Amino acid sequence: MTAIDTQMPARIGSLSNARVATILFAVAALIAIAKPILPDGLIRLPDWMILPWAPWLQAMFDFVREDLGLIYVTRTITAGLEFVLDTTGNILYGKHRWPYLGPISWASIVGASGVLGYWLGGTRLALIAGGTWVWTAVIGQWELAMETMSVIVVAAPIAVAIGVGMGIQAWRHRRVEVALRPILAVLQTLPFFTYLLPAVIFFKVGPTAAAVATIIFAIPPMILMTTLGLKKVSPDIVEAGQMSGSTRWQMLRHVYMPAARTEILVGVNQVIMLCLAMVVLTAFIGMPGLGAKLLAMMGSFKLGRSFEIGVTIVLIAVMLDRLSKAWIVKQPVHFEKGSPWSQRHFFLLAGIAAFVVLALLAWVVPYFHEVGRRQDLSMGKEIDFAIKWVLDIDAIQATTQWLRWFLNTKVLIPFRDSILWLPTPSAILLFSAAAYYVGGLRSALVIACFFGIVALTGWWDRSMITLYTVISAVILATILGIPLGIFASRNEKWSGRILLACDTAQTFPSFIYLIPAIMLFGVNDVAVIFSILIFAMVPLTRYTIEGLRGVPVELTEAADMAGSTRRQKLMHVQLPLALPTMAVGFNQAIMFAFFMVIIAAFIGTQDLGQELQRTLAGNELGKNFVLGTCVSVMALAFDHVIRRWVTDRKSALGLD
Amino acid sequence: MKNLKHLLGATALTAALAMSGPVFAEDSKDPIIIPIHNWSSQIVMSHAVGQILESLGDNVEFVTTDSQAVYESVRLGDVHLELEVWEGAFGKSFRDALEKGGLHDAGDHDAVTREDWWYPMWTKEACPGLPSWEALNECAALFATPETGDKGRYLDGPVDWLKHGKERAEALGLNFTVINAGSAAALWAEIGAAEKDKKPVLVFNWTPNFAEAVWPGEFVEFPKWEDGCDKDPAKGPNADALYDCGNPAEGYLKKAAWDGMKDKWPQAYCVLTKISFTNPQIAQMAKLVDVDEQEPEEAAENWLAENEGVWKPWVEACPS
Repeated sequence: MTAIDTQMPARIGSLSNARVATILFAVAALIAIAKPILPDGLIRLPDWMILPWAPWLQAMFDFVREDLGLIYVTRTITAGLEFVLDTTGNILYGKHRWPYLGPISWASIVGASGVLGYWLGGTRLALIAGGTWVWTAVIGQWELAMETMSVIVVAAPIAVAIGVGMGIQAWRHRRVEVALRPILAVLQTLPFFTYLLPAVIFFKVGPTAAAVATIIFAIPPMILMTTLGLKKVSPDIVEAGQMSGSTRWQMLRHVYMPAARTEILVGVNQVIMLCLAMVVLTAFIGMPGLGAKLLAMMGSFKLGRSFEIGVTIVLIAVMLDRLSKAWIVKQPVHFEKGSPWSQRHFFLLAGIAAFVVLALLAWVVPYFHEVGRRQDLSMGKEIDFAIKWVLDIDAIQATTQWLRWFLNTKVLIPFRDSILWLPTPSAILLFSAAAYYVGGLRSALVIACFFGIVALTGWWDRSMITLYTVISAVILATILGIPLGIFASRNEKWSGRILLACDTAQTFPSFIYLIPAIMLFGVNDVAVIFSILIFAMVPLTRYTIEGLRGVPVELTEAADMAGSTRRQKLMHVQLPLALPTMAVGFNQAIMFAFFMVIIAAFIGTQDLGQELQRTLAGNELGKNFVLGTCVSVMALAFDHVIRRWVTDRKSALGLD
Repeated sequence: MKNLKHLLGATALTAALAMSGPVFAEDSKDPIIIPIHNWSSQIVMSHAVGQILESLGDNVEFVTTDSQAVYESVRLGDVHLELEVWEGAFGKSFRDALEKGGLHDAGDHDAVTREDWWYPMWTKEACPGLPSWEALNECAALFATPETGDKGRYLDGPVDWLKHGKERAEALGLNFTVINAGSAAALWAEIGAAEKDKKPVLVFNWTPNFAEAVWPGEFVEFPKWEDGCDKDPAKGPNADALYDCGNPAEGYLKKAAWDGMKDKWPQAYCVLTKISFTNPQIAQMAKLVDVDEQEPEEAAENWLAENEGVWKPWVEACPS
């Protein structure tokens, strides 16, 4: 026995990864070819192997909820959170709660934001900050926007606080970091439909559940960036701190945190963007404002008004993004000792002044307090007409009809059928072979284990359809997104534009393009893949641009001197060096695709997303968790392999 | 003194009880939370009822929720009532929650609901045998798409509405592939896309609904629903299959209430049990928003102003 144990790894060790991968691949192919003579139990798992996970999980959930009393704990937290949300609700949109002061007139917020923008980034940011709010008010969405903001202004700071706290713990204690990693990965990959019911049960439907869901979704990058920032603090600074006799708290507060400022603020920026990305989805569990209105508009087929709401969300996201980025770049201003208080706090005073003056103006002119229902400039009907007109252009219709026919019958359906045709063991071996090629035995075992879990839940076919949709969308996104990124990286102006387009595509609520996608392609996989594609292209393009622009100048210059053509330089110098960064983008694209494929259930799919949607009728939590696990482990499998590849690649290139 | 007056008033009211119905303790000042979903009639109706309750002196707040998950919230007392429980789409969630306890049936609306296979009028020109379901097979090719080959395609409602379109197509031997749309919006997009070229489409639809005003159309007439058609294969034309009937043409539209509502807001609860909207009223409320482009709050206000005769009696039946 021991002899075999010691022999096995040695033998595998003597073979290269590629060799073993080939052998595994061959076995997989053999099983597939032998399908007609295989017993049924080897094609799909026999029923007796599929355990009743759903009722078990349901029982476990009920136990945790009632017997362990988790619900009482969460409901206590909810009460506190509700008080804070009620307060911001009162101040921002006049909810009838303590302190009975609000709502603040929109003009005041425009003024104060304008001053803040000016302080952070001059006239341009002042215009962006003030202009966004002016648009929101005159288009008639002020109250909606404030309802949304009343939750975000609470959720974002809490996410930042918890994220920084956990990030510090993870940096202090290696064990915490190791324990956190898988938890974060699962949180990020669990499908939205799985969060929905627990959030409602534990945290009360309404702004509280919405805030909690948003916080959970937004925390991970904050933790990661905090840990990263603290790790990078240079030992010189640390020593200086220790020599001046700082306590541990002082070290953290005055040495580590300021030194890690940039990373922490990047985390803050990510938190804000993720909070805005959740605005529409959380409307299903009680997020008030823009998202809820958007869902209602979509329900009655009003494309124009939905579009306007989408624009508002993007504007707010871009504004907050630019403001927070300006804050990252802005270094603390140093004042001469003895300069008067008013000089040190000039902008604070100016902001307060603008706020008060405009509040008084709003008191005199009601328009500046609230734009009435008939005073707004909404052009919903006109935009509606324009969108439908564009979608009706014959050339567009003809193209999409052809695409629908071609992609469905020639590409997607054959691909789906073949992935479904594969016997389960053969498919698992195939995935493991790919993993072995990249990361060796350990990766292969991890992947086999993950897909083994999927097979054991009994949802193999549905999972394979989800997988097929994700793979198809990501391949298309790669074909389109990477050349776009390469093109954009050639000059400053274009990369700016394309990156702005990326920001827009990322925060523009995906729900809005579900409808045009259906009108163009009908309810089928093409529409599903199209809507995932838009979302998945964003990280691919973004990271391609960043990867290519990050290639050290000395290397491109060396290539120029060696007389290489632009093409040669790209293929042999820039792309290989940018590849690890691009792979991070690829990984993100896959994660986004797994996220969107579930949302695409709103178009109509036949995969796990559809089953998840089905569990909502009758609150079948157990089954919901099982399905959520399937999505999560498949996403984690990709995550594992790609990360492994990036690490190896980076060390091979000497980049880390 | 004040107490005495109170007491006298109470006695007087008790005396009047025999004639004018029950008398209630005062409603709590805590807000009554009404859930709103993503279709217009429900939103306007919720606002209308909210405004009626406010006129009684109650505080009312609204919260947007998913239309299936809401029953769990009513059960837990996080929201306190639900005004549109559709027999077809939400019956299961409602019954499951009822079984677990915490919410109860607060009476039916006068309105009846119908949810079934539907087509816009232009479809009939291409397939004149409609609305009889027997015409469907002859016309199947008209409804074919690249994905379905030579079979027709029927776009059913979202899976969580539990519509059993597939089972019916099989039971009645229809040469149709049944695809599930993911949301109501997907159904509208499909009809909207077919509108320009007057392409025949067959989709799931229901009434009362705004779509009737935008796209005139008809339901397919399937074999009439018999009780037990979903449980007893013998019912319906196919003796070996379930679901071989149309959906009930007169499904219920209920209200649901949290069990605690009765004690906490007795008067509001009483009004809730009296509330009953009719099909034309619901269609009209939806129209104010969907066609006339009013905001839901505004539409509710206008509707209440024009229909005092309808809702005043509900309030008068529940004296404070």
